[in-house]
Amino acid sequence: MRLKKIIIIYFFLFSSLCADENNLELNEIYKNLRCLICQGQSIADSNSDFASTVKLVVQDQIREGKSKEEIYDFLISKYGEWIVYQPALTKNNLLLWSLPYVVLILGGFVVFFIVRRKKA
Amino acid sequence: MKISIFKIIIFSFVIFFLLVFWLGLKKNNNYDTNNIIGNKISNFQLSSIYNNKSISEEVLKKNKFTLINFFASWCAPCRTEHKYLLNLSNKNDDVKILGINFKDKKNNAISFLNELGNPYDFVAEDTEGKASIFFGIYGIPESVLVDSELVIIKKIVGPIDLEQYEAILQLTQ
Repeated sequence: MRLKKIIIIYFFLFSSLCADENNLELNEIYKNLRCLICQGQSIADSNSDFASTVKLVVQDQIREGKSKEEIYDFLISKYGEWIVYQPALTKNNLLLWSLPYVVLILGGFVVFFIVRRKKA
Repeated sequence: MKISIFKIIIFSFVIFFLLVFWLGLKKNNNYDTNNIIGNKISNFQLSSIYNNKSISEEVLKKNKFTLINFFASWCAPCRTEHKYLLNLSNKNDDVKILGINFKDKKNNAISFLNELGNPYDFVAEDTEGKASIFFGIYGIPESVLVDSELVIIKKIVGPIDLEQYEAILQLTQ
């Protein structure tokens, strides 16, 4: 009897943990998808018809065992790079990706010169 | 005249940021469908709203051109484009029209077609709207013109008007 109870509790705990993990993954995907008909909202934030349909398709693809990257690739093939908030590094968005590093390096130089000036 | 490196860096910074903001503001950030022209449609199977028949990409490959039109009985702009779809089905034998009924009730869709006429060679149902994602649709009415290889040659967002209708005729001649 006690063993039965333990099995049941273990089963519920395990299934709720799995569900949480799946929800986390789904949420992560939704947050990286842009709602094309909303103003600055992700699929996760939007309750629009388009967002709810994309959510259904993403859920289906997760159930089919597709990876995050496969899902993004599928949606990019249908809607273009604009659908994802984090686009892949390409020739066209090289500046976008490199800008933070360029600013960091230049900022470092500025700080260096300010410090050197003050010392002198 | 001595110009310090510090001033040059600050100046370059300002110019650089102004340039980035200027280019960013000039760029159109609205989603447009031009980037999906040339993509191929694949892996779909839809069932008819009338019977148990289904349609897949293999059937569309037999057509010279196929216009895939998403419509619904509850969609007001779908009514305005309907006359162009009827004209197209009467005038151009090279273009077959696949109607996909989007998030609609079967009876309402059938009444809609009985009332306005049926321009479609096949009417499929997409009750949950999932199929629309496979065609890159994000609202209705929307239409996708594909060739026999199922390559997208035109995408029309919103109702088909006279201009779009003539463009379809020109592309399929």
